[in-house]
Amino acid sequence: MAENIGNLFQWLIFLGAGFLSILASILVITRKNPIHSALFMVLTFLCVAVLYILLHSQFIAIIQVVVYAGAIVMLIVFVIMLLDLEEELRRGLKIVYSKVIGSFLALIFLLGILYSVVARSPAGKVGVYDLDKMKTSTKTFGEVLFTKYLFPFEVVSILLVAAIIGAVVLSKRRR
Amino acid sequence: MWTVPSIPPEVYLVLSGILFTIGVIGALTRRNAIVVFMSIELMLNAVNLSFITFSRFLQSMDGVVFAFFVMAVAAAEAAVGLAIFVMLYRSRETINVDEVNLLKW
Repeated sequence: MAENIGNLFQWLIFLGAGFLSILASILVITRKNPIHSALFMVLTFLCVAVLYILLHSQFIAIIQVVVYAGAIVMLIVFVIMLLDLEEELRRGLKIVYSKVIGSFLALIFLLGILYSVVARSPAGKVGVYDLDKMKTSTKTFGEVLFTKYLFPFEVVSILLVAAIIGAVVLSKRRR
Repeated sequence: MWTVPSIPPEVYLVLSGILFTIGVIGALTRRNAIVVFMSIELMLNAVNLSFITFSRFLQSMDGVVFAFFVMAVAAAEAAVGLAIFVMLYRSRETINVDEVNLLKW
């Protein structure tokens, strides 16, 4: 009985967050004002963070809120405010044939994804991190990251340094 | 007694596919470079969702680590990409991707 109620609430949260994220991402690509798009993107990211918590990945959910919804969208809003984008607002969205064809191909691609998902349930070698270990998934994540994936972790730090230097060099004024 | 099943992995993957397709449509149809960039972030996010789903249902930690790396790459991409947009706006007075054809031969 208790398990039933737990599953029911999981379904309710999943459906709510899922539909809200789909709606918000559709609004991201249809709003004319880029600021509105950025704010709806925050909503999408928060909904996906809720789904990460449903999947027992608390650490990734927190990182999603801090890095995506916090840092990246803040950066995007900042750049939108630096630039003067009134021109596109006045001109509006044009519909041309290439866009319609592109959207149609993307929908066919979606059908392919849906078929491949539904046709066979995901199979593979099942690992050792079962539900009990996922309850402390932040700790196990740290253990895996600093033992098995130590070298990629260091490479990512070099990548971030390169990105920072690149951003500084690019935005420096030439004289 | 009627029992409620737990959420199967397929619905998460379907949701991830829908979000990815919305991102693809946005990147193909919008002409504002910043909105195209946001669509790419949506696609990365959808891929992260399927990584986490597989990691949960195959009981492995590797998918979570990969999602972490994807986020690091997305942050780096945001820093450099937005710097490029600012530069582009300074030199061309527009960030409409149809009008930016410096590399076109």
